[in-house]
Amino acid sequence: MDNDTSPKVAPQATLDSSELVGRGNREGNRLFKEWYGRVSSGPERGEKAAYVFVMGSAAELFESFGFNLVLPEINGLQTAVRHVAEDYIDQAEGYGFATDVCGYVKADVGMQLRGGDHPMGRIPPPDLALQTNVCNTYIKWGEIWERLYHVPVVTLDIPGSRAAGRLPGRGHVDYENDLAYVRGQVDELVEVCEQVSGRRFDQDRLVEAMSHANSMTRDWVRVLELNKSRPAVYNAVTDGTVYLGAVNALRGRVEGADYFRDVVEELEYKASHGLGTPFEERHRLAFVGVPCYPIYRKFSEMFTQHGGIFVGSSYTWFASGGWSTGYEYDLAHPLDSLAEGLLVTGRAAMDTMFHVDRVLAEMAEPYGIDGIVFHAIKSCRTVSSGLADSRRAVLEQADVNALLIDSDHMDPRVVAEAGMRNRVDAFFEGLETRRLLAGARS
Amino acid sequence: MTYAAGVDVGSTQTKAVIIDEHLRIAGRALIDTGSNVTLAAERAYELALRDGDIDEEKDGVGYVIGTGYGRFRVTFGDAQTTEISCHARGAVQMFPGTRTVLDMGGQDTKAIKVNERGEVLDFAMNDKCSAGTGRFLGAAASALELPLDELGPTALRSDKPVRISTTCTVFAESEILAWLAKGKRDEDILLGVHQSVASRALGLLRRVGIEEEVTFTGGVARNAGMVNVVSGMLGFPVNSGEDSHFMGALGASLFAMDRIVAKHAPARV
Repeated sequence: MDNDTSPKVAPQATLDSSELVGRGNREGNRLFKEWYGRVSSGPERGEKAAYVFVMGSAAELFESFGFNLVLPEINGLQTAVRHVAEDYIDQAEGYGFATDVCGYVKADVGMQLRGGDHPMGRIPPPDLALQTNVCNTYIKWGEIWERLYHVPVVTLDIPGSRAAGRLPGRGHVDYENDLAYVRGQVDELVEVCEQVSGRRFDQDRLVEAMSHANSMTRDWVRVLELNKSRPAVYNAVTDGTVYLGAVNALRGRVEGADYFRDVVEELEYKASHGLGTPFEERHRLAFVGVPCYPIYRKFSEMFTQHGGIFVGSSYTWFASGGWSTGYEYDLAHPLDSLAEGLLVTGRAAMDTMFHVDRVLAEMAEPYGIDGIVFHAIKSCRTVSSGLADSRRAVLEQADVNALLIDSDHMDPRVVAEAGMRNRVDAFFEGLETRRLLAGARS
Repeated sequence: MTYAAGVDVGSTQTKAVIIDEHLRIAGRALIDTGSNVTLAAERAYELALRDGDIDEEKDGVGYVIGTGYGRFRVTFGDAQTTEISCHARGAVQMFPGTRTVLDMGGQDTKAIKVNERGEVLDFAMNDKCSAGTGRFLGAAASALELPLDELGPTALRSDKPVRISTTCTVFAESEILAWLAKGKRDEDILLGVHQSVASRALGLLRRVGIEEEVTFTGGVARNAGMVNVVSGMLGFPVNSGEDSHFMGALGASLFAMDRIVAKHAPARV
């Protein structure tokens, strides 16, 4: 995270405002539906499905083999946003899963039990699956598919950071050993891809996918940086979630690279013309955790009605698979670089979950953050454990207000809207008080 | 005389306070909320007017602020403020040395860090679970068939508290019944219940940082046993008083008086 507080913006735009502003959301939604359509109809064309997760997807490799990516976490959140998650969760609980199991897992199990029936299409079963240890649940989740479908499930073991949020880099003995360890696993993954797809590994196709991914990564980092603008050019929770869909689903594809080039053009235009989100911006906020999808719109409105705009979100870091680091592949050494990308982004995703206070403290000033909202979710201890400690730690490092709320990203049965609204209202009363005090001091 | 009012519509009870321009409580009222929240707010307000012998037609109440969970149902009110801000403001008005507020109500327990003006610096609340709230005591009262106002005095008679291990309000009743089956006395069980609730509250207080003076507000602050247990666990006495239950409504009335004084009334705080 650099400290440049004024994003450098190209002032010219080739389209007029009405065509540009909002294009990222419109196109993002269109491409997202198109992607679901492609995934759903894949079996009709004889295409295979690779189940992957948002952290450690190795999307470029699967793209080079012609697999369609299925992202079960995104399938899950789509059921929550469309208010049908409880039906899927109930089905999985009836099948035997406990109430404490991750809502994403249960939504997926419910969907598998329904033969892939999903609000966005008919999701094909996996031909193979890839998981990493970045999320503990991934590993048990993959075992469910293994049992249901008897397909290869590959686990990539990414060594975590040993430096509490400060990553050792190239040349460090630990880093080089860890990289060699991941590199060996990549070779094994390639072999499995060859067996399942019936194709030989094609380095040129991998390089092409990596080239698109590099373009997307550069633009993704730029998107995140552009929200230093005042007013913020997008809401990192709502608009950010649209962008995240494209980051994950279209990684390694030309339409993904083109999409983010367009998003950057739109946001630079907005920044240079002082255009913000559709809401008055009174307070600039950072968000930590996963959004409350069962009441997605209301959740967002709880903040925007007070003029609270999320200018940054830890979700855009770890749920982009750690690509907010800006790591770019070395196209001259594609498999080596694929391994390094998995190592670097996997670690970054872990660090943005487990050492979030440091990143937040660093971004508070350049992004002009007044308040931080920590959203712990019952389903996921991976992203929620330690949030109370992180909150306390960031308050010691940065002069901001902080709110900790507790609900779920999937299960409406554990979302207490009235209580949440009460806390959010009180949080904004505190922010207004802070503003008054600051005004009095000056 | 200029009056301002605060109406605190809580999950269990509704409180109304009317203050005069010297910030003295001129009238107060306390009723059960029941199922009709709007009606409860109106009734509490009317009773507070009557308690203060205030004629609304003649004297006038310049501004009314609703607070508590039912604050948006105070249809005759001029604005709404959360009870978190209101308890903080009321507590500092009543006990100016207050820097930490513990508000224990029917469904919520809140720890609030405040400055010398009663402004909220930080807060923490129980989430999605009524352990550590008045409802836990209500479950104990039900299991032991005792009225709520006898819980504290009964607990104070104990010198051998049992350990209540469940944090679930629903399961608390069965745990209490199990202790009764083992022949434990009501007072020992109740002191255990009070200690269980207080330990949850202390966890919240630690989240915002405990700074003296601590003022105990909300309905449970009327329970002498709980005041005693909380003070004992903290290692110093907490502030509490006859009007602790009205602290949210008092705070709301103070915010209302601010609006009158400033002659400036935006739609929301």
